[in-house]
Amino acid sequence: MKSVWVAILIAGLILAIPGIGASQQPVQITYWQYFFASKVSLIHKQLIPQFEAQNPGIKVVHENFPYDAYNQKVASAVSAGQGPDVVNLFYGWLPLYVSSGFLQPLPADVFPATAIERDFVPMIKNSKYDGKYWALPTAVRSLALFYNDDMLRAAGIARPPVTWEEFGTAAEKMTVRDAAGRITTEGFGVAPDGQDHQLIREVLFRQWGVAPYSADGKRVTYNTQAGADALKWYTDLITKAKIGAIGFFPGGDYRAGFIAGRAAMIVDGSFAIGSIRGGMKANWGVVQLPRRTLGGEAANFGSYWVHGLTARAQGPRRDAAIKWLKFITSEPVQQMWLQAVGELPASKKLISDPRLTADPVFGPFIAGLAYARATFFVDETAQRQVLVDAVNEVVINSKAPKQALDEAAAKEQKILDEFWLKKGKKP
Amino acid sequence: MESRPLALPSVGAREGISRRRHDPWVPLAYLILTAGGIIVVFPFIWMLITAMKPLNEVFDLRILPAHPTLDNYAEVLTRTRFPRWFGNSLLVAVATTLSVAFFDSLVGYTLAKLRFRGRDLIFVLILATLMIPTEMLVIPWYILSSARGWINTYWGIMFPGMISAFGIFLIRQFMSSVPDELLDAGRIDGLSEFGLYWRIALPQVKPAVAALCIFTFLGNWNAFLWPLIVIQTANMRTLPVGIALFSGEAGSSFHLIMASSALAILPVLLVFALLQRQIIEGIVLTGLKS
Amino acid sequence: MATQTTAAARTAWPQLRLGQRQALWAYAFLLVPLAFFLAIRIAPALSSLYISLHEWNIVSPDKPYVGLKNFGFLLEDPRFGRAALNTIRYVLVGIPAQILFGLAIALLLQRITRFRGLFRALYFMPFITPVVAAAWVWQWMYSQNFGPLNQILVALGLPAQQFLRSPGQALYAVTAMVVWQYLGFQIVIFLAGLEAIPPVYYEAAQVDGAAGWRLFRHVTVPLLNPTLVFSIVYGTIVYLQLFTQVLNMTFLDQGGPLASTLTVVLYVYQLGFQRFKMGEAAAATAVLFAVILVVTLVQMKIFSKPVEY
Repeated sequence: MKSVWVAILIAGLILAIPGIGASQQPVQITYWQYFFASKVSLIHKQLIPQFEAQNPGIKVVHENFPYDAYNQKVASAVSAGQGPDVVNLFYGWLPLYVSSGFLQPLPADVFPATAIERDFVPMIKNSKYDGKYWALPTAVRSLALFYNDDMLRAAGIARPPVTWEEFGTAAEKMTVRDAAGRITTEGFGVAPDGQDHQLIREVLFRQWGVAPYSADGKRVTYNTQAGADALKWYTDLITKAKIGAIGFFPGGDYRAGFIAGRAAMIVDGSFAIGSIRGGMKANWGVVQLPRRTLGGEAANFGSYWVHGLTARAQGPRRDAAIKWLKFITSEPVQQMWLQAVGELPASKKLISDPRLTADPVFGPFIAGLAYARATFFVDETAQRQVLVDAVNEVVINSKAPKQALDEAAAKEQKILDEFWLKKGKKP
Repeated sequence: MESRPLALPSVGAREGISRRRHDPWVPLAYLILTAGGIIVVFPFIWMLITAMKPLNEVFDLRILPAHPTLDNYAEVLTRTRFPRWFGNSLLVAVATTLSVAFFDSLVGYTLAKLRFRGRDLIFVLILATLMIPTEMLVIPWYILSSARGWINTYWGIMFPGMISAFGIFLIRQFMSSVPDELLDAGRIDGLSEFGLYWRIALPQVKPAVAALCIFTFLGNWNAFLWPLIVIQTANMRTLPVGIALFSGEAGSSFHLIMASSALAILPVLLVFALLQRQIIEGIVLTGLKS
Repeated sequence: MATQTTAAARTAWPQLRLGQRQALWAYAFLLVPLAFFLAIRIAPALSSLYISLHEWNIVSPDKPYVGLKNFGFLLEDPRFGRAALNTIRYVLVGIPAQILFGLAIALLLQRITRFRGLFRALYFMPFITPVVAAAWVWQWMYSQNFGPLNQILVALGLPAQQFLRSPGQALYAVTAMVVWQYLGFQIVIFLAGLEAIPPVYYEAAQVDGAAGWRLFRHVTVPLLNPTLVFSIVYGTIVYLQLFTQVLNMTFLDQGGPLASTLTVVLYVYQLGFQRFKMGEAAAATAVLFAVILVVTLVQMKIFSKPVEY
């Protein structure tokens, strides 16, 4: 019988491994963010010490989580009534988090709408929801065309493309194919599941004369003949001109392909600057996204991560959280953010600093910000999938672009309707 | 790793009929195993090779690195909290493996060898718990952990894995081959029911328990979704959660992912090397000889 | 399976019959594990069933009752149908392949004497390679333009294939990777099963003149039956819940292209964690659970035979 008691003891010990308790400070606020090495070190080494020195009695606990799983981490915590006081969210997730009551509106006395609209870049208006501001960014991003300068020169092209026609010619000249006709170097690193779906939605459609959505954001309007022509122009790059292939690199990593010199040009966001700068051996440059004709409509997709105040922050924690929010979106912090992380400041004033606009790398992105639009996503995952699938229907299944676009529009309209219907039901 | 010069001429317990001299199958077996082994191990070797490439060579189309380096390993070990992640994972994996080995073998034995009302129903019930994807369980677990203060604790990371239905099923299948005569003999010798399990049945299924230990260790070593959800602070991260930090918004650092993955499998290899002997050496069925 | 032995009844608790005593012990052994499963698995599963009848977007505290609306959503969503069909394909292709290869290699490993440990470790490697790393290498091997597989095909004068970019081939390409990964697992299970067969049975059969195929057919297979049942039933449960490998093999267009590799669990994950439609995700889980339960019970009925000595 002795062995029974030994076994029970072992079982008891295993089941009773004690937990580690968390300690409580007078006013301690929690700030959540996804992991981004340079941001984490900036926040830990500079921002938090500075803020805590300015605000004795407030302690900021910064917790960060892997990027790819950040949204699900936030969602799970929230569902258990847990979560931070200040949270970093992608602007495209805001409608969902706002309509579910996770966030509280920014207090108008500390963050008056007039001041926000005066100080921040215009696309920030997308964070206005139900007439109120719910969150603010520190930095913003836009798209631009990255090109491999060495390859451009080798192909005898005088300057990076300004129109899509020049872009097509340059891409063709820089594409390298083997004897079997397979691409070994892409002229353009196509990636509908990377940034290209944004390119199609907010840039190509508009340049082809189509507004992708109605002004109130409730109706899909891109499924016109002109919209189909825009989609066809993009898919022709893959099927007819064959200057790139979807999934050319493992994991569809078009950016790694560009860094390795296997893609001559890519469309990417300003958040890519760091890794391209760090990894690329060849000379490279950035220009604004091409236009349809010389002097034609300029368009860009802008996006940003915002800092929001959660409904959990109440009482003294709310006051402390508001102070932190004010601090982290302030111009001095935006300036530090630019230095340490390389992300463009969200302030109108800082962004028009001539030293920044004249910068060969930041310049084109800043120019793009002036006319960038941030899509009002109600269900980013699903809406993204719709356009990625539309491209694949044309490229893989040889569907007519108009038909693919009609189907995509029907699917996306359903997603929008569902959101607005639910919202309409709420008081 | 085991590689003894020649098999003993005597037919031991583990040497079945296949160990005859001049087995015409043997050369063919080596041929097939070698060919298959090369195919099977190729992606793994690629991982090791990639781990030795500097960043700018990772996307070269050459297989071998032009400038092989150990810098990636150095970077993983010194510039991240890899040792801490490693320690956290080790603690969680060892504790869950011990717990699973004990409970699963006991329950597997009970379901296979004891007779009682509701046995089949209980077995199906346990089996049914395997059929719910973890993805749907993490939120209830989070709510439970939050109510009990288990968030961001080791116990919080490991409690869902302390007993595994997979292992119960595995052991039950193996226990069902243990002859009842052995247990009856034990009863005659005056062993308690627990003694029958501990002293007679358990040694009979040592290979299965060893296999279960390998799988449990590995499963917890690689667990991602639940640890991700329950861990809050940097110093509680387990290996998979830590390695996930290498894929970020600005792209994935595959040279670091490969180096950290290569380092992460070392203890698993060690566990495998230690336990595989148990699997292969099998059992000496002394009880059957009479 | 026989329980007789009146002798044992004499040993302890003479007032209880052997059967009663055994049952008491059984319940005692099962107490903690059953409590564990009830709290950690079954209760959450029931709560998931509850959620499937409600509208819940995770972040919102209110969950209004919506009846079977979430199940209706699944019926209308072509992605769910696609995911269900794909999942069946994964099982039908993956399980036989895994069991055949696993058994063949385990039998071969039993025959050899030199380098057994080395070979065993070699075949176990895929199972311990982290999925993220493995998926990346496999995507590289499948690359249309410079992957080694296409290089071999072209060198042989065959046309290059699309693999992961083709809706017709992608599912099988992913299945190959999954089979590769689970092979090490399967081999260990079979080795343990083969070693558990007492050699006396082989000796007896050999005395009777059995050899080669007959020995395999009449000794190995029947005595390996519990292991085979385990492999088929557990393998099916795993393949019906395929997720991580598919996610990592198609990371940017998850389950793509055109949902051709989408599985039910990946669909559940996207609904629940990316689109916050927990009600619909729970409904899909309930459907999946029902299917797995039926399949498992049928398999247990068909394949489980009592072991005869």
